Amino acid sequence: MGCFLTNSSLGRKLVMSISGCFLVLFLLFHMAMNVVALISGEAYNMICGFLGANWYALVGTAVLALGVLVHFVYAFILTYQNRKARGNVRYAVTVTEKGVDWASKNMLVLGVIVILGLALHMTHFWSKMMLVELMGEHTNGLGYSPTDGAALIQYTFSQWYNVVLYLVWFAALWLHLNHGVWSMLQTVGWANDTWLPRIKCIAKLVSGVIFLGFAAVVVVFFIKSNCCCC
Amino acid sequence: MNFTLKIWRQRDAHSKGEFKEYKVTDISSDTSFLEMLDILNNDLVHKGEEPVAFDHDCREGICGMCSLHIDGHAHGPSQAVTTCQIYMRQFKDGATITIEPWRSAAFPVIRDLVVNRNAYDQILQAGGYVSVRTNSVPDGNAIPIPQADAEESMDAAACVGCGACAATCKNGSAMLFVAARVSSLAKLPQGRVEGARRAKAMVAKMDELGFGNCTNTGACQAECPKGISIAHIARLNREFLCAKLKD
Repeated sequence: MGCFLTNSSLGRKLVMSISGCFLVLFLLFHMAMNVVALISGEAYNMICGFLGANWYALVGTAVLALGVLVHFVYAFILTYQNRKARGNVRYAVTVTEKGVDWASKNMLVLGVIVILGLALHMTHFWSKMMLVELMGEHTNGLGYSPTDGAALIQYTFSQWYNVVLYLVWFAALWLHLNHGVWSMLQTVGWANDTWLPRIKCIAKLVSGVIFLGFAAVVVVFFIKSNCCCC
Repeated sequence: MNFTLKIWRQRDAHSKGEFKEYKVTDISSDTSFLEMLDILNNDLVHKGEEPVAFDHDCREGICGMCSLHIDGHAHGPSQAVTTCQIYMRQFKDGATITIEPWRSAAFPVIRDLVVNRNAYDQILQAGGYVSVRTNSVPDGNAIPIPQADAEESMDAAACVGCGACAATCKNGSAMLFVAARVSSLAKLPQGRVEGARRAKAMVAKMDELGFGNCTNTGACQAECPKGISIAHIARLNREFLCAKLKD
């Protein structure tokens, strides 16, 4: 089995599919959690407290990091093999084939943008919340309690450049998932001529909901911070 | 009609190739693309130059021999046809047409526009067949097959093995070809017997020959001259994963 997941092209794709599925499920959870901040800052902070520096949150973070790492490492291995398979001489004339999404041909580029966005996000939030708790401190560098996620959101998205960076990140994530979600289902064999359009529709729905959920929090908090009427 | 042809010329597999320009004039709009290349070669032979080498055989879209990457498209700009089925009326008069061989590490150029597609034969030899005992002809209705299954099997069996899928795929993946062959047999009772062994053997051979990993772009489906659906790739994935999980 170990050999099959590393030596076979379909095995490697299965690893990409399962790790991708895991990350999509996490994104749905994270997005739902963020949307709570729109309704009630207190409720959001309760969730932050629940997901503080305790054993289940730490195990969850470690598993999540492993999922990201596996997905990322396999993406580079697959891309390297694919470039090798394409050969040294490239076509002089190339076109976009009919019905082929731009995102499907640029998954690695989009993935790299997503990872860079993740690094920025970790700097903005994880390092000022869970890491602060792990270090045994009671306030982060900004003077907030590490469980006061709502205040941190308010602070981060009061700055316009953060809003722009996060929206670019979410757009890359949306495009990545638009192809990734149905590709994941196709890879595990859950498609036929009837289901292929349906799973593409499911992918649009999932990626759309994730994008809108995340983007809404950023935009609403930016408006709240900069509009004197709110 | 008059055309400028930008054609990839390469003496052999080890030589460095380059594009050369040729002019063809007074071409009838009803001339097929391959006939136009025949006319060019006739002119080149009369001038004492080397004719352009290109693959062709039946010239009616069923043998899978013709190839050519024309203006960025495998088998030219038309949908669901092979190169031998396209006509010069589909190009603008005076146009410059770029003609390249299939580009894939598994399909090395032999000469000019001719590539070695033996890799596909090797994949077929690995499992793309049904083992049967030779005997008298079986009764036509001995094994009933649902109409939908027969249709789906025939749709997959339409693959002519031309190599356009791997040549088009940005990953150089041969998944559509392997999927079509596996799917056409998997949908029939006769093919089910060796289904698991076939899927594993053909995928292993495809990987061994250096084809890339499928990322489901769908470009193969868009450029396939027989319109083979990527839904067959999902079936191959199912067949392969089920076979591996049973190991």
